[in-house]
Amino acid sequence: MEQLSLWLRQPWPWYVAGPLIGLTVPLLLIIGNKTFGISSSLRHVCAACMPAKIPFFTYEWKKEKWNLVFALGILLGGFLAMTFLRDGTAVTVHPHLVSELSGYGINDYSSLIPADLFNWQQLFTLRGAIMMIGGGFLVGFGTRYAGGCTSGHSIMGLSSLQWPSLVATCCFMAGGFIMANLILPYILSI
Amino acid sequence: MLKYLLAGIAFGVILVKAELVSWFRIQEMFRLQSFHLYGIIGSAVVVGMISVWLIKKLGIKSISGDAIHIPDKKFHKGNVYGGLIFGLGWALTGACPGPLLAQAGGGATVIAVTLLSAVAGTWVYGKVRERLPH
Repeated sequence: MEQLSLWLRQPWPWYVAGPLIGLTVPLLLIIGNKTFGISSSLRHVCAACMPAKIPFFTYEWKKEKWNLVFALGILLGGFLAMTFLRDGTAVTVHPHLVSELSGYGINDYSSLIPADLFNWQQLFTLRGAIMMIGGGFLVGFGTRYAGGCTSGHSIMGLSSLQWPSLVATCCFMAGGFIMANLILPYILSI
Repeated sequence: MLKYLLAGIAFGVILVKAELVSWFRIQEMFRLQSFHLYGIIGSAVVVGMISVWLIKKLGIKSISGDAIHIPDKKFHKGNVYGGLIFGLGWALTGACPGPLLAQAGGGATVIAVTLLSAVAGTWVYGKVRERLPH
């Protein structure tokens, strides 16, 4: 039992976490004939809170309530795991990344989310605003334009052999590579 | 609805334990410095594919007895343009929508602002949708 509790608190290896994520696909299909996808919940929030007579947001969002409940669950799951299932050790990453980031004054690895970048004080700096407000906007705009995110396209779409999802996934990765390697260094130097 | 809440909770726990919610891990992935996230996404897709194949092959029904239906995704240019835009945001925030939710729940309260901004991004897309190439 103690072994299990110790193991639960460590980061899980990819060959445990990956298959568990994959199982979300049949789980949602079997418990409710639902296709796995998370970014749609952002659209349902728009439809529920401020449809503003925009055709894209005038539909019966209440029929998709399950998706909002699922999203709420992820929020709660994040809370439970961060509160009760962490052993408090620092995130270990590649030494090259550590030396690169220390050049930008990022040295705190105690939390999964870099405390030097994502906090309320940083939000009111140019760098923080670009990363949190700008980044969030790109995520919300891009996922909806692409018709899904990593869950809807990369996991659900690829699992059901949909080629548009493969195209989208390649573009997600391309965008990520461009940002992380070519643009982010300038933003982090601000 | 409770079943979806529980499924979401399980998913959120896995995202955190996989460190998929970590900005550091995402940076590593986009610099090809670690296999971890590639292993996760790759094995998730393999398990998902086998599951969908089995469901179709064996004609497995949902618990309410309905035939399982997976709608087809139609290709449009947004898969490319939107995909690239999302990719840029993914590497900036270090999170796709699922991890954003888990981060906000996990105590990084400032991520609520990122989430709101993502909702705003979705709203603006809906607003200008007709003027974008699809």
